[in-house]
Amino acid sequence: MVQIIEKRQLTPITSLYRVDAPLIAKAARAGQFVIVRVREGGERIPLTITEYDRETGLLTIVVQEVGATTRRLGELGVGDHILDMVGPLGEAPEIPSGGHIVGVGGGFGSAALLCLMKELRERGEKTTVIIGAREKSLLILADELAEVTDNLEICTDDGSAGFKGFVTERLQQMIDGSPPGYPDFVISIGPMPMMRAVEKTTAAARVPCTASLDPLMVDGTGMCGGCRVTVGGEVKFACVDGPFFDAHTVDFDEAVARSKMYVKEEQKAADCQRSAHEEEAA
Amino acid sequence: MPVKRVDKTPMPVREPGQRAHDFEEVNAGYCFAHAMFEAERCLRCQDPVCVDGCPVRVPIAEFMHAVAANDLPKAAEILRHANPLAAICGRVCPQESQCEMNCHMTKRFGPVAIGHLERYVSDWEMAQPETDEVKEPWREEKIAIIGSGPSGLVCAGELARLGYHVTVYEALHAPGGVLRYGIPEFRLPNKILDWEIKQLERMGVEFVNNVIIGKTVTMDQLFKEYGFAAVFIGTGAGLPKFMGIPGESLNGVYSANEFLTRINLMQAFEFPRSETPLKVGKRVAVIGSGNTAMDAVRSALRLGAEHAMVVYRRSEKEMTARIEEYEHAIEEGVEMHWLTNPVEVLGEDGWVTGLKCVKMELGEPDESGRARPIPIEGSEFVFPVDNVVLSIGTRPNPLLVKSTPGLKTHSWGGLLVDERQVETSVKRVYAGGDAVTGAATVILAAGAGKRAAEAIHHDIQTEAA
Ligand SMILES: Cc1cc2nc3c(=O)[nH]c(=O)nc-3n(C[C@H](O)[C@H](O)[C@H](O)COP(=O)(O)OP(=O)(O)OC[C@H]3O[C@@H](n4cnc5c(N)ncnc54)[C@H](O)[C@@H]3O)c2cc1C
Ligand SMILES: Cc1cc2nc3c(=O)[nH]c(=O)nc-3n(C[C@H](O)[C@H](O)[C@H](O)COP(=O)(O)OP(=O)(O)OC[C@H]3O[C@@H](n4cnc5c(N)ncnc54)[C@H](O)[C@@H]3O)c2cc1C
Ligand code: SF4
Ligand code: SF4
Ligand code: FES
Repeated sequence: MVQIIEKRQLTPITSLYRVDAPLIAKAARAGQFVIVRVREGGERIPLTITEYDRETGLLTIVVQEVGATTRRLGELGVGDHILDMVGPLGEAPEIPSGGHIVGVGGGFGSAALLCLMKELRERGEKTTVIIGAREKSLLILADELAEVTDNLEICTDDGSAGFKGFVTERLQQMIDGSPPGYPDFVISIGPMPMMRAVEKTTAAARVPCTASLDPLMVDGTGMCGGCRVTVGGEVKFACVDGPFFDAHTVDFDEAVARSKMYVKEEQKAADCQRSAHEEEAA
Repeated sequence: MPVKRVDKTPMPVREPGQRAHDFEEVNAGYCFAHAMFEAERCLRCQDPVCVDGCPVRVPIAEFMHAVAANDLPKAAEILRHANPLAAICGRVCPQESQCEMNCHMTKRFGPVAIGHLERYVSDWEMAQPETDEVKEPWREEKIAIIGSGPSGLVCAGELARLGYHVTVYEALHAPGGVLRYGIPEFRLPNKILDWEIKQLERMGVEFVNNVIIGKTVTMDQLFKEYGFAAVFIGTGAGLPKFMGIPGESLNGVYSANEFLTRINLMQAFEFPRSETPLKVGKRVAVIGSGNTAMDAVRSALRLGAEHAMVVYRRSEKEMTARIEEYEHAIEEGVEMHWLTNPVEVLGEDGWVTGLKCVKMELGEPDESGRARPIPIEGSEFVFPVDNVVLSIGTRPNPLLVKSTPGLKTHSWGGLLVDERQVETSVKRVYAGGDAVTGAATVILAAGAGKRAAEAIHHDIQTEAA
């Protein structure tokens, strides 16, 4: 059991939790993730490590409510416990030194970038972060990111903050020479369509790019093979070989198709949860 | 005592038509009369060949004698001393190729039902009232066990009995290894595993779930920060193999491990009350012929498949599953397709629609001594299916090895151990079970755990002396 020490609502559907998980905090590296189970009978879901503090033993995660399990997590507050948390899982990405490193984040991806950017800053790298959202109120952790990167670029679809347009458009401008300049290496974390678009943009310019894949997972230890992705024609298990892979060799079509495996069932689980709530309320 | 020269007492089972739709245990267990009768069939041989067939050498004749004399406490004690997981082994050991294979009764009347009686006595023991008494370790040394499968559980139990502080680390959220996530409840109810684990807790063993050694905590930390005197690795062989044929990443294709884990560990059969889903269509093909394949195909039936089939490239003779599971599967309506080798998974819109196979014939024996299956040219055909479950083997997980300098393995991933078959290439680090042998059996893992416990005790005591 892992206790929630602090909770911050970042957007109407996104919350940040600081939890007491000293063993994981001590071993964590940027880019790794944990798997949590919220209640007995609940699903095991992967969540990226947003921050870790080896001294206090606190671990930060940022959760976007999209279905039954993440919503259940959303109902928990300070003092409550998360039933199970295991990690750190996966490998930290290998990011080459020197050059201009650009992190591109969407959705909970901005949170995942925070940890990585902090580590890169400690390494003395030159970095830029591009984060995007539909509109201003959905942006997360902009202030925190601004502190750990040389340049923070904000994009919104409606222009309510920063650049009006997609993160990939801003990235393209930089590739074309607009400040803060040409990216030598791109880290892409976010929804599959965004990562795919970032891959296309960087591929055309031959910029190396790593993407953090988020397939469905069960155990996170290499035991089930459910998280398999095809990379460079080879089958890899994202939980142990990843989650970061060379974006230019990832079979995104397959990854997208596999992520839709349980769309109907996820709906059912959400409905079941809702009706249970209504019964409780009645 | 009159010895009964009659056939083996059959195990009472639930009707196939009923049991094939739920996850309740298939075998109902002997009643008192069955047990007394069956125990008297044992000849109490001077040369108990049955014992030679048992990897942990359960003293079977003495055990039978105690049962026949209706001295169940004594029978239970004999059993537990030799095999700490008797309630489980009585249910899942491949008796027909171990203890019961050589029994002197086998040829004419069928073997003495050693497994069924082990189960009977263990079930009796489980039904006895419990005390809440917890034993405290009395020695100073602490031992860490990595993995809570049968090898880890037995090693933990033996060391606790010798007075050591024992901590069992498990990567998943519940202990038991394959006994929990692999073998389904209709063969091995979770409550039996839970009871065994409770006994260990009462002996002072501490269980820590959700910790992956090599990720959460390193081997080095176990010695240096936590002060363990020795470590036992019982991490199993849980990494699923895929065939490498086209279409394996289509939706609807599972490894048997994923399929069974979703069902057993995550309770997908109660979806949506439990939240982990599993997609089981009307037609399910399981590739392979071991216990895992039988468990997967029978689980598919229970989850609503109308056609649940086993597809295997060799013949029935080369099948590796326990004979009882095979017979139960057939009774429940599983279709067997022997000498059939899958060559491609076919799909549409990302989903499985068929399994393309080629017919095989048997040729000369191969390295394993079994007849080599050879494809028959032009015999390709397609099974229309909604799911394909791959059960073609597993190998040891490299997670721990990757993060532990000096820990040596065979090229296929199994841990190297010394001539005593227990100590690894790292001093004070011992190993056993599937992590050393590759996928094997519960009783071999249990035996390895016991051997390792004895070696750990011996090594610690000689060093102290
Ligand atoms: C390595 C990794 C790191 C992750 N890090 C984070 C994180 O830091 N914060 C966070 O909020 N989420 C993260 N995710 C995604 C998170 O695991 C899923 O959102 C979660 O499993 C959804 O569970 P649910 O029961 O709430 O929703 P479900 O009912 O399972 O799904 C609801 C909807 O979300 C989609 N969905 C389900 N699983 C995923 C997935 N893995 N990725 C994208 N969409 C999905 C479904 O298609 C569906 O439309 C990560 C995933 C992986 C694999
Ligand atoms: C579906 C199925 C059916 C079977 N049926 C039978 C049968 O009928 N009869 C029979 O005799 N045998 C059967 N077997 C084989 C038998 O279950 C195994 O041989 C036996 O369980 C091996 O035991 P083990 O102790 O080596 O490890 P396992 O049971 O594999 O357990 C290993 C445990 O270690 C944990 N672990 C791994 N790495 C780490 C780490 N780094 N840190 C912490 N924990 C870790 C794993 O999560 C797992 O829980 C079956 C196997 C399967 C898969
Ligand atoms: S432990 Fe297994 S092999 Fe040994 S006697 Fe019991 S059932 Fe037979
Ligand atoms: S061989 Fe058979 S009959 Fe003889 S002692 Fe063993 S179980 Fe009894
Ligand atoms: S989540 Fe099971 S192997 Fe990766």
